[in-house]
Amino acid sequence: MSNEYRLSSGGQINRSEIISFKFNGKILYGYKGDTLASALLANGIHLIGRSFKYHRPRGIFTSGVEEPNALVQIIKDEAKTDPNLRATQIEIYEGLSATSQNCWPSVKFDLGSINNLFSPIIPAGFYYKTFMWPASLWKNVYEYFIRKAAGLGKSPTKKDPDMYDHNYYHCEVLIVGAGPAGLVAAKTAANAGKRVLLVDERPNFGGNLNFANENYNKINELAPLEWIKKTCLELKNYKNIKILNRTSVAAYHNYNYLIMMQNLTDHLPDKDKKGKIRQRLWKVRAKKVILATGSIERPMIFDCNDRPGIMLSSAVRKYANSYGVKCGNNISIFTNNDDAYETAITLHNKGIKVKSIIDIREKSNGSLPKKCDELGIKIHWKSAVIYTEGYKKINKIHVINLSKDNSSVVGNKLKIDCDLLCVSGGYTPAVHLYTQSGGKLDYNEDKHYFFPKKNTLNQMSIGSCNGTFGLKNIITESHEKTKEFLDIKKTEQFSILEPRSGNFENIWLIPSNKISGKTKSFVDYQNDSTANDIKLALREGFKSIEHVKRYTTTGMATDQGKIANMHALGIISEVTNTKLGELGTTTFRPPYSPITFGALVGRNVGKFFDIVRKTPMHNWHEKYNAKFEDVGQWKRAWYYPSGKESMYDAVQRESKAARSNAGILDASTLGKIDIQGSDASEFLNRVYTNAWNKLAIGKCRYGLMLNDDGMVYDDGVTTRLGENHYIMTTTTGGAATVMGKLEDFLQTEWPELNVYLTSVTDHFATISVCGPHSKKILEKVTQNIDYSDTNFPHMSFKNGLVDKINCRVMRISFTGELSYEINVQANYGQSVWEKCIVAGKEYGITPYGTEAMHLLRAEKGFIIVGQETDGTVTPVDLQMDWIVSKKKYDFIGKRSLYRSDTIREDRKQYVGLITKDPKEILEEGAQIVAEVKNKPPMDMIGHVTSSYYSPNLNKSIALAIVKNGKKLKGKKLYIPMPNKTIEVTVSDTIFLDKEGKRLNA
Amino acid sequence: MFIINCPYCGERDHAEFSYGGEAHLVRPKQPTELSDDQWAEYLFMRKNIKGIQYERWNHSHGCRRWFNLSRDTSNDKIHSVYKIGEKPSE
Repeated sequence: MSNEYRLSSGGQINRSEIISFKFNGKILYGYKGDTLASALLANGIHLIGRSFKYHRPRGIFTSGVEEPNALVQIIKDEAKTDPNLRATQIEIYEGLSATSQNCWPSVKFDLGSINNLFSPIIPAGFYYKTFMWPASLWKNVYEYFIRKAAGLGKSPTKKDPDMYDHNYYHCEVLIVGAGPAGLVAAKTAANAGKRVLLVDERPNFGGNLNFANENYNKINELAPLEWIKKTCLELKNYKNIKILNRTSVAAYHNYNYLIMMQNLTDHLPDKDKKGKIRQRLWKVRAKKVILATGSIERPMIFDCNDRPGIMLSSAVRKYANSYGVKCGNNISIFTNNDDAYETAITLHNKGIKVKSIIDIREKSNGSLPKKCDELGIKIHWKSAVIYTEGYKKINKIHVINLSKDNSSVVGNKLKIDCDLLCVSGGYTPAVHLYTQSGGKLDYNEDKHYFFPKKNTLNQMSIGSCNGTFGLKNIITESHEKTKEFLDIKKTEQFSILEPRSGNFENIWLIPSNKISGKTKSFVDYQNDSTANDIKLALREGFKSIEHVKRYTTTGMATDQGKIANMHALGIISEVTNTKLGELGTTTFRPPYSPITFGALVGRNVGKFFDIVRKTPMHNWHEKYNAKFEDVGQWKRAWYYPSGKESMYDAVQRESKAARSNAGILDASTLGKIDIQGSDASEFLNRVYTNAWNKLAIGKCRYGLMLNDDGMVYDDGVTTRLGENHYIMTTTTGGAATVMGKLEDFLQTEWPELNVYLTSVTDHFATISVCGPHSKKILEKVTQNIDYSDTNFPHMSFKNGLVDKINCRVMRISFTGELSYEINVQANYGQSVWEKCIVAGKEYGITPYGTEAMHLLRAEKGFIIVGQETDGTVTPVDLQMDWIVSKKKYDFIGKRSLYRSDTIREDRKQYVGLITKDPKEILEEGAQIVAEVKNKPPMDMIGHVTSSYYSPNLNKSIALAIVKNGKKLKGKKLYIPMPNKTIEVTVSDTIFLDKEGKRLNA
Repeated sequence: MFIINCPYCGERDHAEFSYGGEAHLVRPKQPTELSDDQWAEYLFMRKNIKGIQYERWNHSHGCRRWFNLSRDTSNDKIHSVYKIGEKPSE
């Protein structure tokens, strides 16, 4: 294999395990332990993608989660493809195939790069300013164009075949981040017997200490890697600690509730992934949280700071030390601090040529710059890089002296050849999770970073995410603060060797020898926003940082303030002359790093997505070819097609049979609430609009329930079973909310009432038999009930037996036919149903579904709550004044029925509609107008709520809610449809058997 | 993402509870004697406080009991939890 940029030795890779992978179709090789980024760099590949707006070539910039440029798509097939993954985080495995994003036709020749030439006319807010009018172009032109141009990866087009999992976890202390601070904290806590959860997003622990120079950094006389190895081994031996690697905390909510995603198989070759859970979402409740999330190195902001071959200094050091990869052969370094010198020494010791170090400071008294000087590396003090050359890879930098106050450049520029420029702008504490949890920040004026304010939450930040830098400080602070935080007495001594560090100096925007409009100094690489964009936004009047962020898109998308945040704030602070501490930061939103939909959904897919409720007779319905309708979580038999019968034909047949012979309906899903107690009658009086005191035992009554705003909420029949005992039925969909509302009133408003409610919906199977033959069928099925009209009139109830099974029979009707409802214990439901079918055979009994039920009740003008009503309809609007008691002192909703708005006469009211053409069936939801105009808009005065072809009347019927409808009876109205206008006449709502003779047929 | 200390069951995850709006609104005993404005005040008008707010909660996936609590809406800290009819501890 040719890894011409691989060093001959070193790194935490396994050189005996060669791995082949594909990048943009080309087969390449790396070693086990490589990331995609390190393997590409080993092959000399820097150019990964094109930038978002200008399509400028972009290369690998970092070595971790903060990567803004090297976003790739991983492709296996149409179902397994992941967009927007960072090459710096992907561990390579045999068979990995990745491609560049946001470039077409290829990363090397990208047509969109023409945008770069036009960049002077694509400033901040370009899209907002350009794609504004005409509105008609939005749908087909602008949106299409923007979506195509934006192109951040592709979604899979097929169902995700992977398995995902959720896990809930509770612990005493959660430690986020296993760098030196996190490891010391974990050991301190575990050693004291605390129940610890330690997580880190990377495969290996140790953080930046992994690639620290071992000559200059030692802990207890151990080299960094040895100390990490020893500490991890010690941790694993504690029984009270759980350790998770490849686990990224996505969100930190209040009450120490954290969401994390653990990657279990993404790093494995395809053959080892089989049958394993891909990712696990952890929902953690921690008594205490220790954040040791580290810090992110800052870039430098100068003209053309975005070319491939410009990388963070710490990343270059990591590639050399951890992966044995050199990122260039001829290297320059641009810095404002001492840390970059450690990179220089590391590279020099590995035989890689460091040509020059450009430092904005006048000098440094640190030990590392001194060493570099001794090694003969040329240091340009008080200088800056002001421009770079090279299109697909950097090949030259322009260096010039800075003026005394750093505000401008002086002297002549010097051009230096190089194939890699390391930049180091200091470190920014990673306070993202801290601020997500509600923590506030302070600003350090000397060191130019935001850090966590002291807080009283059950959490603390330690190490560099707390603004603590230097190995000795980090380890000492971590140990001492953990002891205090967790009330631990045991102390451990650490001896630390670290380089003496010099001062730090900061320039947010490096001055240039050009006028600022001619420079392209990128602040946010991922969103392509430059320092000039930010200045423009400020000139255009945007003052709030949140507004500048949105207008320029700085720090948005997956960046969330990782690379592109501090400099944007710094530039705003300088231009507006505001102190950074007063300016504050933008909000860092979860997730800290992207998580998959699969992990969020977990096992709740397919049939586990939602609960399915089936009635006791469900198997019978299935056997007899029922089509089902979802009503809430219930599966209700919708209609029973016979053979190849259409839905329309089946419903017509079922509806006709129910009126001419006998029909049978499964009504088990209706909500049933058992009401007992000495105040049960008074309670019903208060919750229904009509009066209940005088209902005799053994009688049934229909009730309408309102909200206190006077709008219809639910309806159903309630039966008085005994002196203090009722059974209430509710709508299928309303059962749970009605129960909740009644409980609420009992517990909070009327605690003096002696009433107990029990939901018994699932306890009973309900079989409704209707039609002229229903009485004869019931007589065959049940024993010891006298069905004579005098003994068992309409709206009454009897206890009886079906063989030895107790049953309650109610004579109530939703179809307008003679009708009985048999209630039996749920587990007998199917056998009693089958008995009815057998008994009804000679009378032509026909099972009918919910659709025929809806049709039959529409013929009678009975409302369905939720279909004729929508939360804005009163009983008076429904022309149901008869059910509203005038005598009762109060009931829920009474006072609202005579508010100025509810007594308006022109409210929308419930009416019937008859079409001019009796064959024309209206569309439910169709809008109704009084006057047809040539084109919209027309004044809508109502809508069709229910519409059917009635087989019993041989004409189309419809119900509607129409403004001032009560007064429009006999009037013509119109229903404009896309290709025609339908004429209708307003009618009464009862279409069939106005006198109710059929109830006693 | 609160943890709520149900006065009947103890500390439970927020997912077990449902929110019931402002607490201590007493339904008028004689609604018929109220003017439209007075009734509207009870029916529609709700406070929207930044700071300590008194709220009704229901342990809907637990004991199904209603209770009240006081919560600081600026940081979601729950200061007291108390039964219907009781007064908050502060």
